[in-house]
Amino acid sequence: MAKKNGKKSMPFEEPLIQLRAKISELKEYTATAEVDLSSEIKSLEDRFSKLEEEIYENMKPWDRVQVARHPERPTTLDYIPLIFNDFIEMHGDRLYGDDAAIVSGIASFHGQPVTIIGHQRGKDTKENVRRNFGMPHPEGYRKALRLMKQAEKFKRPIICLIDTKGAYPGKAAEERGQSEAIARNLVEMAGLEVPVLSIVIGEGGSGGALALGVGNQILMLENSTFSVISPEGAASILWKDSALAQTAAEAMKITAPDLLQMKIIEHMIPEVRGGAHHDPKKQASIISEAIRRSLEELNGMSGEELVDQRYRKFKSIGVFSE
Amino acid sequence: MAIIRDIFKRNKDSKEATMPSKAAKDVPEGLMTKCPNCKEITLTKDLEKNNKVCPKCDHHFKMTAHERISGLLDAGSFESMDDHLKSENPLGFPGYAEKVQADSEKTGLNEAVLTGSGKLQGQDIVLAVMDSHFRMGSMGSVVGEKITRAIETATDRKLPFIIFTASGGARMQEGVLSLMQMAKTSVALKRHSNEGLLFVSVLTHPTTGGVSASFASVGDINIAEPKALIGFAGRRVIEQTVREKLPEDFQTAEFLLDHGQLDAVVHRASMQNTLSTIVRLHTKGAVANG
Repeated sequence: MAKKNGKKSMPFEEPLIQLRAKISELKEYTATAEVDLSSEIKSLEDRFSKLEEEIYENMKPWDRVQVARHPERPTTLDYIPLIFNDFIEMHGDRLYGDDAAIVSGIASFHGQPVTIIGHQRGKDTKENVRRNFGMPHPEGYRKALRLMKQAEKFKRPIICLIDTKGAYPGKAAEERGQSEAIARNLVEMAGLEVPVLSIVIGEGGSGGALALGVGNQILMLENSTFSVISPEGAASILWKDSALAQTAAEAMKITAPDLLQMKIIEHMIPEVRGGAHHDPKKQASIISEAIRRSLEELNGMSGEELVDQRYRKFKSIGVFSE
Repeated sequence: MAIIRDIFKRNKDSKEATMPSKAAKDVPEGLMTKCPNCKEITLTKDLEKNNKVCPKCDHHFKMTAHERISGLLDAGSFESMDDHLKSENPLGFPGYAEKVQADSEKTGLNEAVLTGSGKLQGQDIVLAVMDSHFRMGSMGSVVGEKITRAIETATDRKLPFIIFTASGGARMQEGVLSLMQMAKTSVALKRHSNEGLLFVSVLTHPTTGGVSASFASVGDINIAEPKALIGFAGRRVIEQTVREKLPEDFQTAEFLLDHGQLDAVVHRASMQNTLSTIVRLHTKGAVANG
C-alpha cells in the first residue's frame, strides 16, 4: 500500500495518488522556475476533486472490503472515548478467562448509562497478537453475554460494535464450546428487555459477528461488510480460486447498501469521504448522532415491546416462495 | 461459512474415519451394503432393520429424514408441515436453482429439513429432521423458515420440540440471508423456552458451522449419535490456523462429551426410548402414571 497524506492508500485510489503527485510536481516546478503554471495547476486541482468525487461516490463492493479492512480503520477502542464519557472497561467471563478480542464496559451517552461491547482487533502486529486479530474465543462471547445480562438488570441500553473476521477457528475454541457460546448469545439476546443496538464498524464475519448482532436495530457504516463467509472463502468454494474474491464480493451482497436494500439492517451510517480512517473524530460524531437517533426510537419502548420488536425483525428475514 | 468449504475438501480425504464423505459414498442402493468403517458387507434389508447401524462395528450410517422419522415416531402418526415452501435464488447464483431442484428430486423433500408433528410412544411432539443428502443439510431461508415455523407450532400447541441436526452450516448461495436464519431460529426458540417447554437437540453426523453455532447447541438437552462429527470450524481450517495435528477423535461426539459440551451420546438403538423417557419426564403428571 502506498501512503497518501500519511494514510495507506488502496488500489482503487491509485488514479488519485498519481494526479496528486503530478500536481505537487508542478507546484514545485513553478516555485523554482520562471514560468507561471498556476492555471494548469488550477485545472488539475479541479480535475482532482472531480475524480475524487467520482471514485469515492462510486465505490465497488471490493473497494469497500478494502476500506473495511484498512489497517488504520478506527476500532472499538478508538471510537469509545470519542462517543462516550466515563468509560470503565469490564473484564472476564467469570468462567475461564478474559478475551482481549472483545472489549466491554459501562459508560455514559448524553447522560444515559449504557453498556458497550465490541470486537477489538489490533492496528499493529503486537497488538493483533494480543487481540487475536479480533477473533474471539468462547470466553469473549461469554463475557459479552455476562455484560448484556448485567445491562438488563440495571435497565441500560446495550451498544454492540461489530468488527471481526469471525470467531476464532482454533482447537481450544472448539474444546471450550465455540458453537455453544455463539448460539447461547443468539438465544439470550433475543430475550433482552433493554434496547440493543448493533453497529457494524468494520468487518462483520459470519456467526462470530452475529453473536453481537441480535439487536433491535442493526446499523452499518457505509464501508463495512456483513457476510456469511469472506469473499476469499466464497471464491475458493465457488470457483476454487480465492483470487476471484473481488467477483465474490459483488456476488455475495455483503456491503451496507446491499443489506439496507435487503432490509436486513435499519440504517446505514455515512462515512467521511474515502473512509472512516480519513477522519476518525468526524466519523465518531456521525456515529454518535446515529446512536442518539436510534436510542431515541428505542428508549420509549417497554421491555416486552423491545423483545417483541426484535422477534418480529428477525422472524421476517428470509427469501422464499410458498 | 468456512465450514462448508472444509466439508467439500474432505471428500478427497480418505484417511479420516469420521468424515462425512465416507458415509455419503455409501448410501445403500443395492442388495448388499458395505460398511465404510469395517468393510463388513451386510444385506441392505438387514441393515435397515438394524436402524442403519452396522451389526459388526456399530458404525451409524447416515439416514434420510424419512428413514429417521419412520424409525422414531409411532407408525402413521407423522404429519409433515410446510412442504410447499420453495427456495428462491436471492443472490442470483448461477446454477443454484437447478441444484436445489435436483436435490429435491433425489430426496423427495422440498428442502434440507423435514418438519411436522407426530407421536413418540404415544406422546405428542413437534419434530424437525435435517437431511444431509439435500445440499449437505445446509441452512438457507427455507430451512430456517421451516424450523422456525415448527418451533412456533410447538410453542402454540405447548409441545416439546425435538430436532435432529445434520448440516454443513449456513448455505453460502443465499449469503447473509442464510446467516440470519441462525438469529431467526433463535428468537423462536427463546419464545418456546419462555413457555417452559422442552427442546431436545439430537446432533447427528455431521453438524457443523452455523447450525452447530445456533439451535443445535442450545437444547435444554443436547444428545449426539456415536462418532458424529460436531464442530464450529472445520478440521482443515483449524489445522491451518493452529499449525498442529489435531487428535484423531477431535470434534467427535465422544470428544464433545469429554469436554462438557453434550449431555449424552446415545446409540441409535436406544434413541427412541431415551427421547420418549425425556419427554415423559417433562410432562406434568406423566411420571406418576408411568
